[in-house]
Amino acid sequence: MAAMLEVKNLGISFGGLRAVNALDLTIEKGALYGLIGPNGAGKTTVFNLLTGVYKPSEGSVLLDGESIVGKSTIEICKCGIARTFQNIRLFKDLPVIDNVKAALQNEYKYSLFSSIFHTPTYRRVEKEMDEKALELLKVFDLDGVADYKASNLPYGRQRKLEIARALATDPKLLLLDEPAAGMNPNETKELMETIHFVRDHFGVTILLIEHDMKLVAGICEELTVLNFGEVLSQGKTAAVLRDPQVITAYLGE
Amino acid sequence: MEIVERMKKKNFKSNMITYAMVIVAFAIMQVWKTSGNLSSLLTGLLVPICVYVVLAISLNLVVGISGELSLGHAGFMCVGAFASAFFSKCTVDVITFVPLRFLLAILIGAAVSAVFGLLIGIPVLRLRGDYLAIVTLAFGEIIKNVINIFYIGLDSNGFHVSTQDQFSLNMEADGQIILGGPQGITSIAKCSTFVAGVVLILVALFIVLNLVNSRDGRAIMAIRDNRIAAESIGINITKYKLMAFTISAALAGAAGALYSHNLSTLQASKFNFNTSILVLVFVVLGGIGNMRGSIIAAVVLTVLPEMLRFLSDYRMLIYAIVLIVMMIFNWAPKSLELRERYLGRFFHKSAKEGE
Repeated sequence: MAAMLEVKNLGISFGGLRAVNALDLTIEKGALYGLIGPNGAGKTTVFNLLTGVYKPSEGSVLLDGESIVGKSTIEICKCGIARTFQNIRLFKDLPVIDNVKAALQNEYKYSLFSSIFHTPTYRRVEKEMDEKALELLKVFDLDGVADYKASNLPYGRQRKLEIARALATDPKLLLLDEPAAGMNPNETKELMETIHFVRDHFGVTILLIEHDMKLVAGICEELTVLNFGEVLSQGKTAAVLRDPQVITAYLGE
Repeated sequence: MEIVERMKKKNFKSNMITYAMVIVAFAIMQVWKTSGNLSSLLTGLLVPICVYVVLAISLNLVVGISGELSLGHAGFMCVGAFASAFFSKCTVDVITFVPLRFLLAILIGAAVSAVFGLLIGIPVLRLRGDYLAIVTLAFGEIIKNVINIFYIGLDSNGFHVSTQDQFSLNMEADGQIILGGPQGITSIAKCSTFVAGVVLILVALFIVLNLVNSRDGRAIMAIRDNRIAAESIGINITKYKLMAFTISAALAGAAGALYSHNLSTLQASKFNFNTSILVLVFVVLGGIGNMRGSIIAAVVLTVLPEMLRFLSDYRMLIYAIVLIVMMIFNWAPKSLELRERYLGRFFHKSAKEGE
């Protein structure tokens, strides 16, 4: 079986800065994979490369056997990669449910004419969208606040809404950028369960960036550690976390 | 599902209040007018009020819903005004049924303006914020000046175009000058009526309010709230920005058509920067993204300067002070807080008494 994501020799330079260098990464279908490393190691840059925000200077990226290098963010989204952001990026003035419905719009379509005249097609498709969106929100226990403005949700629930929105695009691969940032231990624990549930329930492959070692050790099956854009260590979580090089990079000499 | 139903109901109610407000205001003015007690000043203002209300609704689509600052709205109004007046002048003998000709003129004004919106939007919408504002401002001025230098005449041989003067058109003796450079288009048949204006307001409201509550409107607002996130979920930024800009231009063009058919002489110099700013003031004062508010602001701020005419020299001073006071009352955080507290208490009380 082909891997879900196969990255070979991926690299990018910004001027003289080598942000990511010779990254190889293979993620199997249905895996829960962690990408860790100290601040400035290039983790978010990898996400930006995978989602087409940056074009790599060299290397190849295969998603489910199909090359996505050079494609635009929108095309890559349609290919099946969805992401969340380190600093939450919700549609803050839209209701919670509309945040999810906005992400459903590539799947549920009607014409501009229907938009303006609210034709029967509009009503039917909108109803389907409402049902689908509520179903997704229910998974994250957000269906009760569907009519809240997104910016009025507490922090932890905003994070969840971002995951729900990403899942609404029906991805094969879900990229989570520091999902536990700013959460207390209880919320983090709950989040770990949610991530597990998402993987099993939606059958997505998950790649996540995280600083919270408890979360990483608790849910990731495999890890890649980046340091200054280079792979420091790679493999099964337990082995990687015992690697003296990794410990040095994180804790210093 | 109940939450969704509740949201829909709330939304529906809010939209209906907006429509009702327009219709009630129309009914009152219409009764007042037929009773013969309406001053000639106010009677003359009825159509311009409708023009400005439509413009405010249309600019609110760009500024409030799409979140981009446009300072060239008078430019689109100008395109619509001239295209429609041009059409009316050319077909005045062909289509004798006035309402039909006027309807077609409005549609043509809107369509030509939409084409301009699309053509200008493609390069301009790559910019954001202040930069976009400045470029749209420049566009508005360019449109005005380009129309100012054109001379177009019509005779038995067809159209003649010149950028020199009316003599270089080389027309036959029976020729008629349609567009006369800085003199603009003269002796346009006056077809705009208050009823037509109100219908246009309702149509503009219908289009914008329905669009906001749809897949396309949601995408436009998602881009406004977070461009990067919108792109990450597969929303085509350029397409939806252009959509908002073009629809807004079309509505401004329709308003321009209403405007031009209310005058006998149409000159491009009227569509200057001040007009764009005036419309922006309606939108900002009435509430960005709030259609009902911008309608009220457009009406109040169109009527007010005329009502203040008896103050002669102090007129604009009072107008400016009213603007400042309205702005503070509407938007200052302290005043918002106060309003919420007192109005909240008032409504709360009346609700209790009602029980």
